[in-house]
Amino acid sequence: MFRFFLGRLAVLIPTFLGVSLIAFSFIRLLPGDPVALLSGERVMSPERHAQISHNLGLDRPWIVQYLDYLWGVLHGDFGTSIVSKSSVSEQFLQLFPATLELSICAMIFAIVIGIPVGVFAALKRGSFADQTLMGVALVGYSMPIFWWGLLLIILFSGVLQWTPVSGRISLLYFFPPVTGFMLIDSALSDQAGAFKSAFSHLILPSIVLGTIPLAVIARQTRSAMLEVLGEDYVRTARAKGLSPFRVVGIHALRNAMIPVITTIGLQVGVMLAGAILTETIFSWPGIGKWMVDSVFRRDYPVIQGGLLIIAGIIMLVNLAVDLLYGLINPRIRH
Amino acid sequence: MKKTIFAAALLAATVLSGAASAKTFVFCSEGSPEGFDPGLYTAGTTFDASAHTVYSRLLEFKKGTTETEPGLAESWEISDDGLQYTFKLRSGVKFQTTDFFTPTRELNADDVVFSFDRQMNAQNPWNQYVAGASWEYFAGMGFPELISKIEKVDDLTVRFTLKRKEAPFLANLAMPFASIVSKEYADSLDKAGTKEKLNQQPLGTGPFQFVAYQQDAVIRYKANPDFYKGKEKIDDLVFAITTDAAVRFQKLKAGECHLMPYPNSADVESMKSDPALKVEQQEGLNVAYLAYNTTQAPFDKVEVRKALNMAINKQAIVDAVFQGAATPAKNPIPPTMWSYDESTVDDNYDPEAAKKMLADAGVSGLSMKVWAMPVARPYMLNARRAAELIQSDFQKIGVTVEIVSYEWAEYLERSKAKDRDGAVILGWTGDNGDPDNFLDTLLGCDAVGGNNRAQWCSKEFDDLVTKAKESSDQAERTKLYQQAQAVFKKEAPWATLDHSLAIVPMRKEVTGFVQSPLGDFAFDGVDITE
Repeated sequence: MFRFFLGRLAVLIPTFLGVSLIAFSFIRLLPGDPVALLSGERVMSPERHAQISHNLGLDRPWIVQYLDYLWGVLHGDFGTSIVSKSSVSEQFLQLFPATLELSICAMIFAIVIGIPVGVFAALKRGSFADQTLMGVALVGYSMPIFWWGLLLIILFSGVLQWTPVSGRISLLYFFPPVTGFMLIDSALSDQAGAFKSAFSHLILPSIVLGTIPLAVIARQTRSAMLEVLGEDYVRTARAKGLSPFRVVGIHALRNAMIPVITTIGLQVGVMLAGAILTETIFSWPGIGKWMVDSVFRRDYPVIQGGLLIIAGIIMLVNLAVDLLYGLINPRIRH
Repeated sequence: MKKTIFAAALLAATVLSGAASAKTFVFCSEGSPEGFDPGLYTAGTTFDASAHTVYSRLLEFKKGTTETEPGLAESWEISDDGLQYTFKLRSGVKFQTTDFFTPTRELNADDVVFSFDRQMNAQNPWNQYVAGASWEYFAGMGFPELISKIEKVDDLTVRFTLKRKEAPFLANLAMPFASIVSKEYADSLDKAGTKEKLNQQPLGTGPFQFVAYQQDAVIRYKANPDFYKGKEKIDDLVFAITTDAAVRFQKLKAGECHLMPYPNSADVESMKSDPALKVEQQEGLNVAYLAYNTTQAPFDKVEVRKALNMAINKQAIVDAVFQGAATPAKNPIPPTMWSYDESTVDDNYDPEAAKKMLADAGVSGLSMKVWAMPVARPYMLNARRAAELIQSDFQKIGVTVEIVSYEWAEYLERSKAKDRDGAVILGWTGDNGDPDNFLDTLLGCDAVGGNNRAQWCSKEFDDLVTKAKESSDQAERTKLYQQAQAVFKKEAPWATLDHSLAIVPMRKEVTGFVQSPLGDFAFDGVDITE
């Protein structure tokens, strides 16, 4: 198992370097000069432009900038934002808990609903219920997040007034962040109603962000279950007279979980991408919104630092999924 | 459920604060501030969160106008040669007392000198206190070339010595970048080795004091009890950062905020019909234009430019792009600015006459490029749509248009080129409410190859504008600027397209909000009636 782990880890290093190079060079290939954008319509003299580029180190050859950047990254320094002038890693750490909290809630929503729906659809294969559920899942998968989010806001927040429109907690609550996770912080604070407010703010964004993973998980669970349900050992289990619950819940589901876990792992990447839109709609102060703003401002250090950290997280999740396979199915280790 | 939460929260907040009548005003702001030191940035969003809340300046813009009035300086004298400005500071002005700093002294000349010297003097230890500080507005308004010296005369007197006469100087001092910061606070940060906090925890003499900022989410302020004009009526001010305009509208409707900026123009009608809301509007301090390259044939001929101007149906652009939330422009400066010439007669929309005029000028089969900006700006929400309308207008007089566009920074850069091919759609939002900021900045001979996208240099126009800049007599300046507008109209280097309206929706219970022609959102004087 340890060798398996080392092997996987060894693949990560060149991948990480590759990502850093891509993140660094791609944003520089985009047209648009970050220094010129600082002054907008107001024209900047060439001397000032040169001076500011020099101050920001943008006048050095790319390779020097890249190596310098890489050296910083290896020391945990992801640079300083051109716009806000504050440290990229500090900003990331401040904003990441919001994204993580939202992603976890969205993932719980997707798994808790997606797996039972998939199992149910597989058991009722070909029935009206199966076709309806899979049809709905396909619609969910194809739904543009932006539109879906606004639709829910207009219905549940605007018309029905059941949920708040946006943000992480009602503005009337104010307490210093301890963990950065609003659910935990609000529970820790002694302000009555804060937890309920934080929870109600999480409902809509979690549904919006969890919709696509839910659809994918449901469909994947269904097909994996169908495959497993046709296997000999399931038939044997049934023949032995085991209860349908034990046959499905223990024998079939456990084996069907391998591809589902892969899917869930892959959905982490989808989720971080989806967070960019979801956070923008719900004014959720996480890294998605931060990255979008930075792209518009051509804030190189933030874009490349953010990309690199996000890619790093996805790689680590994939590593964890690989290791989890190894645990579930020992044959994979070899 | 939401109402229950709100009620419970309100109760909790009231009990916690111990103040039964605490009034909290929530502004659904459109974006995050880049930082809190107004000297470092150029975005209005940043100024709303820093300059207009926490800080004050030597001079201030009178509410709702572009005229200046005394601020931290209670009076000033200008020397006969127009080069020395001596400001007498208001006495007894206190800096804010906050959780992070307690001032031991009142505002004095040291603070004023420090506020400007850090922007002007590369040797000042605060000049580069954050990486890459470029003091964009200080440089953009030409202060480094204008100011020769700033000195403390006594504790409450400061003298600025200029290198040349410059009438807009006073208006510039009312701009956000000229906010006065506390030298005592800066010194204490320096001592603690945390200089960057000046940009994170601002402290000034303004109506509200900074409490906390949760990045990209919420900024909290409370009323400054020591504000020199008296404490504000609201107790707490909250900026709830909400980037999407449709979501801002939903929050406003749900009562989660009291006022929002920049609504979607499609939502304005339903805002007006909502009984819980009211909508205020005013012409913005801006102009959108189509700048011909007056150095390139055939656009070097006045008749050709005039003919093209007569072919543009501006009302159609205003209707299609702004759904009416703009007015067609006839002058290069907006109507809310002093010296705006009401008597200007616009080039009539008359395709037939335009066609004839073009033929008389010996131009036929003309094909040209029209540049369309890739981004929405307050003065032009959809340049591509405007360009398409111009394209079809020009087609009617036999001119073929190819629409081109570039990425925004590229667009700004390439459109400056003296030999640029084609006419450019662009615009301007005023900085200091002074006509010089439009007329000289955008059309002066010095700006050719820069902000002067028409590459137009008229000696007659330039002389008038330069003379106006040097005079400190407003009546005389008004006359000169009106003459300059007449020259502009006669020469037609641009087709002036529109001035957009600034639309501000708010809850009915909001009182005392005065729209600023400069586009600022300032909440001093605002109240909530029950």
